Amino acid sequence: MANTAIHHDVDHHDDHHDDHSLEAKWGGGERPWKASYGKLMMWYFLVSDAFTFAGFLIAYGTLRVSMPAWPVPDFVFSSLPGDIHHKPLYFVTFMTFVLLFSSFTMVRAVQEGQRENSKGVVFWMILTILGGIGFLACQAWEWNTLISKEHMSIYNNPFSAHTEAGVYLEGDGHDIKEGDTFEAGEPYLIHKHNGEWHNLKYKVTEGPDAGMIKEQSLGPKAFGALFFFITGFHGFHVFSGVIFLIIICVNAATGLYIERKNGHEMVEKIGLYWHFVDLVWVFVFLVFYLI
Amino acid sequence: MGHLTYEESKSKALKIILILAAITLLEVIFALAAKGYIIEGFHLPTWLVAGVMIIMSIVKAYLIVYEFMHMKYEVPGLVKSVLLPMLLLVWAVIAFFSEGNYWKNNRDTLNKKYEEKIDTKKIIPTGYLDDTDTSLMDRM
Repeated sequence: MANTAIHHDVDHHDDHHDDHSLEAKWGGGERPWKASYGKLMMWYFLVSDAFTFAGFLIAYGTLRVSMPAWPVPDFVFSSLPGDIHHKPLYFVTFMTFVLLFSSFTMVRAVQEGQRENSKGVVFWMILTILGGIGFLACQAWEWNTLISKEHMSIYNNPFSAHTEAGVYLEGDGHDIKEGDTFEAGEPYLIHKHNGEWHNLKYKVTEGPDAGMIKEQSLGPKAFGALFFFITGFHGFHVFSGVIFLIIICVNAATGLYIERKNGHEMVEKIGLYWHFVDLVWVFVFLVFYLI
Repeated sequence: MGHLTYEESKSKALKIILILAAITLLEVIFALAAKGYIIEGFHLPTWLVAGVMIIMSIVKAYLIVYEFMHMKYEVPGLVKSVLLPMLLLVWAVIAFFSEGNYWKNNRDTLNKKYEEKIDTKKIIPTGYLDDTDTSLMDRM
């Protein structure tokens, strides 16, 4: 602990305190749960934030199980920079590793802070900031692809999946050709031509509607809104985290924390926040990309 | 901390990050394998895939909270005050998912119900209201 050395006298005193009466406890000088006020409150902020994210993710899950068709993640998230397609989950796995890496550099920054090594703190925090910015850049690219190339918005979602098997009666000029067959559960993306959705016609080949001619319909609207709001809310956490990291990094560089009684505790606190952002990503990654 | 020397905690952090990276890679490979990307035509049921993924994610969450956020070294009171409220989420997941499932199973019935129109003229409120007060009927 950063303050072990500084608070050693106080702790020592507490351990051998004979008077454990209520009065002595309320007399001050004793930390409940051996954590500083700031650290404890950071934990409780994170508890409340965890509930906010959990609310979002549970809403996503509820809507998803309630729909007959839902976009298939390894189909939706399969583009790479440089106009490369059909590489399922490659890009988002890379993003996840960037965030994991920044979590590791944050651990190292906290460890250097604990032995009051400002130079080490600054070095590892700069790497953490770069990781955070890298993650945000990846997210910006991912959003841009979905919005400008695939025309997904919070109102429209062109991604969906078939609920019955059939055969296409026309092609879309991209991956689908006339006469291509598909199974139930197969994903599709509706393209936009001259501002009009180009819903393909198909003939159902199996099930109670066999023989009927139908048209692809846009996917569940909620998907776009949920995706942009949840990953956006997480991205905003990463963004504010980067801002705080920069402030604390500058403070550490100027030697401010060396002079403080509690040493580099600010680094520990922002560390808690930064790991939490990574923790949330574990679950965003789970529900949006893996399942 | 406190229990580990600087060198020990340094190698521990490296060990944990490598485990986290390995689990993440395993998750992605498993997700793709279960959908026939790695072995042609090989598919696994969704519930099995989801179950395994959730367990792996909880292991990752444990490692992040206990090792990176040092929950392991906090006193029991703090640990409980942070983690016990999370049990509420178990209830929330069960309650909301069963509601979503109900919606899915009853979609056709519910859609029909929503299209039904009630002829408000036929509803004659009894008691309370006189003929001139139609506010209740309007609200129906």
